[in-house]
Amino acid sequence: MATETIKANHSPLLRVCGLTKHYWTSGRVWRKRTLFTAVDDISFELSHGKTLGLVGSSGCGKSSLARCVTRLEGADAGEIWLEGVDIARLNSRELLPYRSQIQMIFQDPATAMNPRMTAAEIVQEPLLIQRRGTSAERQARTAELMREVGLSPDWMNRRITEFSGGQRQRMAIARALSLQPKLLVLDEAFTGLDLSTQAQIANLLLDLQATHSLTYILISHDLSLVARIADEIAVMSAGKIIELGPVRQIISTPTHPVTQSLVTSHHGFRVQHAAAGGFA
Amino acid sequence: MPGPLLHVKDLRVRYLPESGGKVQALEGLNLEILPGEVTGILGESGSGKSTLASTLLRLLPASAECSGCVVFEGEDLLTAAGSKLRRIRGSKIALIPQDPAVSLNPVTRVGEQISEVLRAHLRLSRSERKQRVRQLLVEVGFEDVDRIVDAYLHQLSGGQRQRVVIAQAIACRPSLIIADEPTSKLHSELHCQILALLANTVAQHDTALLLITHDPTILAGFADRLMVMYAGRLIEQGPAESVMRRPLHPYTRALIGLSHGHTSGNRASHLPSIPGEMPNPLHVMPGCRFEPRCSEKMGVCATTDPQTFSPESSRLVSCLKYGN
Repeated sequence: MATETIKANHSPLLRVCGLTKHYWTSGRVWRKRTLFTAVDDISFELSHGKTLGLVGSSGCGKSSLARCVTRLEGADAGEIWLEGVDIARLNSRELLPYRSQIQMIFQDPATAMNPRMTAAEIVQEPLLIQRRGTSAERQARTAELMREVGLSPDWMNRRITEFSGGQRQRMAIARALSLQPKLLVLDEAFTGLDLSTQAQIANLLLDLQATHSLTYILISHDLSLVARIADEIAVMSAGKIIELGPVRQIISTPTHPVTQSLVTSHHGFRVQHAAAGGFA
Repeated sequence: MPGPLLHVKDLRVRYLPESGGKVQALEGLNLEILPGEVTGILGESGSGKSTLASTLLRLLPASAECSGCVVFEGEDLLTAAGSKLRRIRGSKIALIPQDPAVSLNPVTRVGEQISEVLRAHLRLSRSERKQRVRQLLVEVGFEDVDRIVDAYLHQLSGGQRQRVVIAQAIACRPSLIIADEPTSKLHSELHCQILALLANTVAQHDTALLLITHDPTILAGFADRLMVMYAGRLIEQGPAESVMRRPLHPYTRALIGLSHGHTSGNRASHLPSIPGEMPNPLHVMPGCRFEPRCSEKMGVCATTDPQTFSPESSRLVSCLKYGN
């Protein structure tokens, strides 16, 4: 207990200790179900207002880690300390007040939203679930949120099919911000967007971080974009964090071979082929 | 100097959505592709680049209206008969679609699907086809050919699927391959591998490649010529290297600036971006399509459609800045 109070004084927003998540592989005829460790004894800390970039190739466990940290899935072992409270052990009732503090933004906003709901309904659904404010207050808050993420409040009655990919992602951000969370977990939130839209969304996130002192966990396979936004980068491979450090250090002196290969592909196609002597 | 392999003249495509209105997807496109040349088409979503790919193979939905001409080896594909088209598709012009998971059949073995292309276009015996399929799989970089031939789609990874699709595309040694965002569904480490494979195969067989993408970094050092599309128009074209090094159109400059911004490394307060969004194709405004987002706009841009100018040899740009 003593060590925990010391850590609480030092007070990072999020402290993850020894987080582990197993999945059973699906069994087939003549094939036994086997245990697969998606998140393997992961520990890290994240201070207020900082951004942690989580990179790694597909299947390395970065989305599983995100789902455990947001408690969308229960971890099998380990602790998740959010401002001095271990939320890994809480049951769903006890968890309710903490749910609003951590919000997640998914890769494909189109599938993360109900196509039959209007923009306003989508953005204020979390407020409704958490029973915040009157209907008029919620409506006013929705307009404010939409303005904040660069959408016109005049569009409140449109459905998501009428929005472009970038606008949908802005709506997902507005929805996530509606409960004034402290931590936003963005799982591949830039994938599938055009370069110019990616840059616009990234700038929006940087602005929101500055005004609301938000903390981000940014999951991506695209090191180049993460490197521009994050303070620290954690590289994952086979369920473990194999390298963790400030962005500059990871980019300039990667030590682990997996990181090195990520950094090389970050420097791009041209560089690799210039080194290989180009094409015939 | 050989004549062009593909010649597109004043191509216009219009969609008529059920909800009413007209969407002008392509507006008067003119382009030429030379044999063996790698042409990069750069454009963001909604620019009409995928419409272009389907128009070249006449795969547009029936409700779309198109005019102009697409001349391939002396034949206008827009007016060609169905039987003629079927002989060209897959054998002379091959398409590598964006998502291999969708384009491959989930209940047929991979080997059979490649064999199908051969059976449709070439007169080969069964054993010759079998051998050819294995050869193609080796060519696209598979080592365990025995396993792949009998594999189903779900047993392959994303990169392996894309290789299978490439094997299908090169099966009949086409003279033109159209690749529509061939790497967008793959994670970044695989981009280089798949692009290198494409580059090597087209170089080896002197195939022309039309590579459609939204990411300029993919085209650097790969494409011979570069065409930039915006809101259904070709706004700039020229030799890839010179366009990349010194883009003329403000949009191209902004787009290439974005990718440089991403790869330059240090954390900045803001990333370079292009403000605004592409215009709604349902509500077409007069003047240059890029005018509302342009950082170098002039008074006339809002009212006058820009012509195509050639400020330097072999460079074309549609921007009023180069009007005099």
